Amino acid sequence: MSYETVVGLEIHVELKTRSKMFCACTTAFGGQANSQCCPICLGIPGALGVINEKAIELAIKTGLALNCHISEYNTMDRKNYFYPDLPKAYQNTQQYHPICRNGYLDVDINGNKKRIGITRIHLEEDAGKLIHDSENSLSLIDYNRAGVPLIEIVTEPHIESGEEAVAFLEELRRILLYLDVSDCKMQEGSLRCDVNLSIRPPGQIELGTRTEMKNLNSFRAVHRAIKYEAKRQYLAVESGEHILQETRKWDDLKGESIAMREKQDADDYRYFQEPDHMPFIVDDNLLDKIKANMPELPRQKRDRFVSEYGLPYYDANILTASKAMADFFEICLELYDKNKGTKSAKTISNWFMGDLMRVMKELGVEIDGLRLSPSGLVQLLKLVDEGIISGSIAKEVFDDMCKSGEDPTEIVKRKGLKQISDVDELRGIVREVIEENSNSLEDYKAGKKKAFGYLVGQTMKKTRGKANPQLVNKLLKEEITNQL
Amino acid sequence: MESHKLTIHEIKDLIDNGKLSIEELVKGVIQRIGKTEAQIKAFNTLETEKIVEEARAIDDFISEGKPLSNLAGIPLGVQDNISTLGIRTSCSSRIIETFIPPYDASVIGRLKEHHAIILGKLNMDEFGIGASTETSAFGPTRNPWNLHRVAGGAAGGAAAAVAADQAFYALASDAAGCLRQPAAFCGVVGLKPTYGLVSRYGLIASAPSLEQIGCITKDVTDCAYVLEEIAFHDKKDPTSPKACRSKYTKGIIDDIRGLKIGIPKEIFDESWDPDVRDSINVALDMFKQLGADLVDITLPHSKYAAAAHFILMTCEASSNLARYDGIKYGTRIGDGHSLESLYIKTRSLGFGQEVKRRVMLGNLFLNAKYYDSYYKKALKVKSLLRKDFNEAYKKCHIILTPTTPISAYNFTSEIDQAMETNQSQRYTLLANMAGIPAITIPCGLSNDGLPIGLQLMADLFNEKTLIRTAFTFEHNTDYHLKKPMQLEVAQNEL
Repeated sequence: MSYETVVGLEIHVELKTRSKMFCACTTAFGGQANSQCCPICLGIPGALGVINEKAIELAIKTGLALNCHISEYNTMDRKNYFYPDLPKAYQNTQQYHPICRNGYLDVDINGNKKRIGITRIHLEEDAGKLIHDSENSLSLIDYNRAGVPLIEIVTEPHIESGEEAVAFLEELRRILLYLDVSDCKMQEGSLRCDVNLSIRPPGQIELGTRTEMKNLNSFRAVHRAIKYEAKRQYLAVESGEHILQETRKWDDLKGESIAMREKQDADDYRYFQEPDHMPFIVDDNLLDKIKANMPELPRQKRDRFVSEYGLPYYDANILTASKAMADFFEICLELYDKNKGTKSAKTISNWFMGDLMRVMKELGVEIDGLRLSPSGLVQLLKLVDEGIISGSIAKEVFDDMCKSGEDPTEIVKRKGLKQISDVDELRGIVREVIEENSNSLEDYKAGKKKAFGYLVGQTMKKTRGKANPQLVNKLLKEEITNQL
Repeated sequence: MESHKLTIHEIKDLIDNGKLSIEELVKGVIQRIGKTEAQIKAFNTLETEKIVEEARAIDDFISEGKPLSNLAGIPLGVQDNISTLGIRTSCSSRIIETFIPPYDASVIGRLKEHHAIILGKLNMDEFGIGASTETSAFGPTRNPWNLHRVAGGAAGGAAAAVAADQAFYALASDAAGCLRQPAAFCGVVGLKPTYGLVSRYGLIASAPSLEQIGCITKDVTDCAYVLEEIAFHDKKDPTSPKACRSKYTKGIIDDIRGLKIGIPKEIFDESWDPDVRDSINVALDMFKQLGADLVDITLPHSKYAAAAHFILMTCEASSNLARYDGIKYGTRIGDGHSLESLYIKTRSLGFGQEVKRRVMLGNLFLNAKYYDSYYKKALKVKSLLRKDFNEAYKKCHIILTPTTPISAYNFTSEIDQAMETNQSQRYTLLANMAGIPAITIPCGLSNDGLPIGLQLMADLFNEKTLIRTAFTFEHNTDYHLKKPMQLEVAQNEL
């Protein structure tokens, strides 16, 4: 029997605010343990926090980008439970009045658009971190992360496979980066994803018993975990077992999930409205202000690159992978061609698709990690257009520019890379090449057309690539004809 | 001169005229504490060794002619749940018996800037849970009027200290009447301001949505002096409004002609101690004589207030007291081998019986199964009561009730503290539920010679009207001048 997989995601995103949710402590990652704490985030008796307005703004931005309804009336609530990393013994979250509800995100899956529902987005604070020192059998707590603002994005169970989950996460991540809402670094925990998964026979409306998987540290892990868990549940059901509602931990090394604890309805967090805070209102003024400052989102930008610049979808998709790259492209185009013509756009895009991506990959950096400037790249293109350097020389200059940040004109001058377009000078070199390669000349005369290409290559080699290729062609033909 | 008997405004006059120094004042009150504390047991912690030096420094400022606040150099007591930097703040609980806050509550910071002198930390019911200071881990405070009677609570230490002239005023918190009920039992003035008017930053609350810092003073004028200093906008308190404050000392006016005083039918129909009934009737006549109009009003949901308040308070307490787990500060009991046993041992031994009972009840009320029938319903009562008051204040400026329907009772450590709170604070907790300001002032003595208090409640942020009404009554009566005699006898017996 076949089953369909039903997946819903819960994504925790650390917000890119300077200070914590309720206090002025920094949210920077990697500080010395317990150096970024104060009475408020440590839950020292009597200390009260004031909600971070930037966190509210970032949550709303995310909600708008995910087509959510933004709540006017908001409360913070308490989720009560005991754990040493939770200094107040309750987590401030939004159980009853989440800030965003009922949204969706359209994702491209194998060229088809799929709409994934967003149930809710709510604000909450992070907990600290327990560190177990097994050598000295000690448990230590670092509260630096305690009180860092988070949003939790909860999707509808609309995802049917690991591929879809990853496509959703990639699009979501791209949006969050565009919005500058989060760093989205999974390794540092600023983006965390839990997977809720169940299976059911096709056509069945009600959902099967679901498990929740945690500890997914990469998109790849999400993909593998979904595949594994769907199969595990399938095998269990096929052999007549019941699926337990439980929390499972993904072990990426072993490639399997392990049951952590049975999740029961009795999990009682005794939620109630935070009595230390008044409800907060998101009024039209605030909402309008945020809407007015919403950046163009990846999908919009990609579509515009296709319609406005006439770029192929493939190019537009890569160019809009990050806002920094798209901005870089658009500045280049503006500088290169005031009219932003299709041909110019494609010329620049070709550089991005080819050499720029290659260098980024080689150096292992994003575009803003290169020492390249848009004006430098445009200068380089103009050097080629004006015949000052050849296309192949341009690639060499480009590599230098990315590493040193030097001006292309300077590089050409310093390295003497200027194209040789002087007819007399080049004719002399062509004659030398023919003389040195009389065999090839004979071959050519005997009808081997390939020999002509060899002679061109030898000329380029002799000039270390600087010879104007068109001119080389023309002169070679003339010289050969003369010798016939 | 028995300077410990003075009020703040009397002290100010004497100092302005050069007839008293802060050093004399401080030494006088230290001496008074020395003679009376063994019987009263108002203080958990005394800081009297350090403060004579502070007093001299303030005397220097005075002789230099430096402009100073009304409260400069006036010794006060602070309830043991208001955080004081470097001074133990125990909430009268074993679980944080040795806790020394790393910061000052905002009100304390402000008072320090204004050169107030802190005598020490005052006894209270453990975490404010109780109504007689009998739940204090350090033993109960005694009522200065009769050492066999309770001083009330939670702020029994604060009320008794002011009544016994051990402090010129005290700061305490009020979540149910925990400040007004003891003030009434001890024959002093107690004010619970509008929720949010005085910063709660640094108040170790057990019921944060209901609890507010207020003051206990010897008379209404002093109350206005203190309120003026402690009511300021604090950006650290998310419930602190930016505006809404005024010059409260401008409310010290002997004139309430035309003022409408609301008499809530439901409350006056209930049974009170006959002595309380008599005193309130006399007080009502006095208000009429002073030119006020008495108008009948109704608070239809007041009968549900005590039950709803009990639910809200226990729910909030169960969550607010969860952080005392032996991990980060305070008492830790357990071998550390199992987290669960550490939690259980620490909390079982660290908390007193009544606190544990409330925590258990609060957890029950918040349980997902019961949430709708308890907590949610209690919130509804709160908002309905708020509407009752809105309606009532369309007809009157002030609402009057007895502060408590009974006077100070005998020590009763065996009885159900929850029931006792309900009984003696059922009129005071109305103001906590509605967030409105309320004051208690002395209005007579019972046949047993125990003080009786009357409570005045105003609409949100109308503290000035409250002060004017209370002052006019006080100015035309002498109940506030009566002093506990029992203390002197007890002293002679020593």
